[in-house]
Amino acid sequence: MAKVSVWSSNRFWRRSATWVTGVSAVLLILLTFDSMAQMQMGTAKDIKNKVDKRIPSPVVINYKIEYKMSRKRGHEVPIIGGMSPDGKSLYQVKEKFFGRDDYTEAEARALIHKGKLTIQAKNCMDCHTLLGNGAYYAPDLTKAWLDPTWETLAPAYGGKEYAIATFLQNPPAMAMHERKMPNLGITKDEAKAVVAYLKFMSAIDTNGFPRNFGKIKGAVDAWK
Amino acid sequence: MHGNRLYEGQKLALKYFFVAMVLFGAQLLFGLLAAIQFLYPDFLFGVLDFSINRIVHINALVVWLLYAMIGAVYWLLPDEAGREVVGIKLGNLAFYVLTAAVAVVVLVYLFVQVGPGKESTIWFITEGREYIEAPRWADIGIVAVVLIFLYNVYATTMSGRRTGILSVLMADLIALAGLYLAGMFYTDNIAVDQYWWWWVIHLWVEATWEVYVAAVGGYILIKTLNANRKVVEMWLWIEVAMMFGSGILGLGHHYFWIGTPEYWWEIGALFSALEPVPLVGLFVHVLYDWGKHSGQGHKIINVPAFAWLTVETFGNFLGAGVWGFMHTLPQINLYTHGTQWAAAHGHLAFFGAYVTILIGAIYLAIQGKAGLKELKMTKAGWWAIVLITAGMLFMTVALTASAYVQTMVERGMYGATWQGYFAAQANRWFLEGMGWRLAMGVVVIAGYVLLIYDMLTCTKKQPAEAYEGEVAAAAA
Repeated sequence: MAKVSVWSSNRFWRRSATWVTGVSAVLLILLTFDSMAQMQMGTAKDIKNKVDKRIPSPVVINYKIEYKMSRKRGHEVPIIGGMSPDGKSLYQVKEKFFGRDDYTEAEARALIHKGKLTIQAKNCMDCHTLLGNGAYYAPDLTKAWLDPTWETLAPAYGGKEYAIATFLQNPPAMAMHERKMPNLGITKDEAKAVVAYLKFMSAIDTNGFPRNFGKIKGAVDAWK
Repeated sequence: MHGNRLYEGQKLALKYFFVAMVLFGAQLLFGLLAAIQFLYPDFLFGVLDFSINRIVHINALVVWLLYAMIGAVYWLLPDEAGREVVGIKLGNLAFYVLTAAVAVVVLVYLFVQVGPGKESTIWFITEGREYIEAPRWADIGIVAVVLIFLYNVYATTMSGRRTGILSVLMADLIALAGLYLAGMFYTDNIAVDQYWWWWVIHLWVEATWEVYVAAVGGYILIKTLNANRKVVEMWLWIEVAMMFGSGILGLGHHYFWIGTPEYWWEIGALFSALEPVPLVGLFVHVLYDWGKHSGQGHKIINVPAFAWLTVETFGNFLGAGVWGFMHTLPQINLYTHGTQWAAAHGHLAFFGAYVTILIGAIYLAIQGKAGLKELKMTKAGWWAIVLITAGMLFMTVALTASAYVQTMVERGMYGATWQGYFAAQANRWFLEGMGWRLAMGVVVIAGYVLLIYDMLTCTKKQPAEAYEGEVAAAAA
């Protein structure tokens, strides 16, 4: 029998496929361990010690949250409780959330737990995007808490958390666009929890997504 | 082919194919409703809102593809292994359990729609996570049914002929089933939630499903062209190496912006940029075999199956490869993530990579069921493939046009605010794209009607020699 070249040998390619798959899977698992460690939700202690977390403690709802350009990282980053001169979060400047800025870790966790459950129970992700994932029928919610729209509505409702909560409980009544959000039967408690989740989510470090959020004003509409 | 004496496994395959095609129709219908709502937002507002139509649209897609995938395995399994499927009674029971569960889940989506913000909603109404909205009870049922399916495949292969195609499928199906578990837990941490959610979505559609397609594509080549099994299986192993080599770590392109570390930028960019490579390979392989085969003066044994496989290779390369690569690099994805870009890519990729080949597999079963030596393309069959393919291609182009507007206006000009979002959505060019998308949706549905008609009637419209099984040499 003629000698078969290794390049046309099924055995060689079967072994290559097994090795390539195995090595890729092992690398993915190792990277996942590292990512999971970096993505654990922060605690109140981290905030007290001014430790930046990619996903901060839910007690960030007690603080003012901004989204500022970091010269060091080359993109915007969440700034929690005021910014130091070197562009880092100070965790000092508080901001009232439904009249309080002293939510304990347990209270804040309970709020965002209910908020996340509500976000899933109402299928938010099948119209909106969250962290950019979902459907494209309604605006992205990643930094919705910081959206200028709510700043303009805030005074009439005594604060933007009240404006958003009122909207959520009967969206067609506050419709902002021909494409309305339906009334999903969101209760007052659920609305408060969802707003807490939106505020918490706006403090997640998304590596600069969305870029230039809310920074551009006076842009012109194309052919309209 | 075994004439009219089908294996019990192949009869089960026909049941899976039947439900798959019904759900395919549901997918198109609810996609149409959602497409109308983009242009006329008051259409069915408060009755069947966009979110509900979209859930049914994408869940019907995933479920019908899985049904057709399971069906294709039950079809080829006894043929490859050379024996009846082991545990076929259990397999039949699993089919009815799964179908009943799917029906209940869909009815709850349509008539209950949403629940209160409690764990009970996650268990019984919806999990609210795109693509895998199915409530937890259904997840557990799906796992049970898949375990029965895996038992059928493993027990049959172990006691029969273990071909290279079956070896790849055995390894691939266990990974496919295992990955579903990654989507079956709840966490308050949305970043961690989405991290594992992508393990299901990406490692299905950009890894295990692609390998499944390579394996079933190999089987179709053998069945339609009499392609050399040794060459087909060698190509299959090369494909597996390239698909898993690029696809597993290509997962990183979903980890750019969800609270994940920055190293995923480089890993995701590099490996996802390699993902189109095996798709080119698949494409070259099929066309090469076709040329070689016709050069030797042979006929194609099942023209519709082979035609759909050819569309698969183009569609997979264009939809998954080209349209995926367009926005996979982080410097571009920063502006395109969460826009109609993903919709454009998703439509052509799911169609090109999966819909096409599974229709091809169903045509193989149609030929086998009728016991024909050959299956020619009928007029209705040609029109179906032309309308569906052209409709999907132009729908993707239309969505891409809208995606450009959204990226430029919302992301570029307005910095991604709500005002920017709505400015882009109201833009005339954006709406024109949406209009063409809707029109193309109607074209695809017309193609679907013809496809169903053809699947039901094509075996009765074959030339006389197909029935006699005469193999005449075509002009070389």
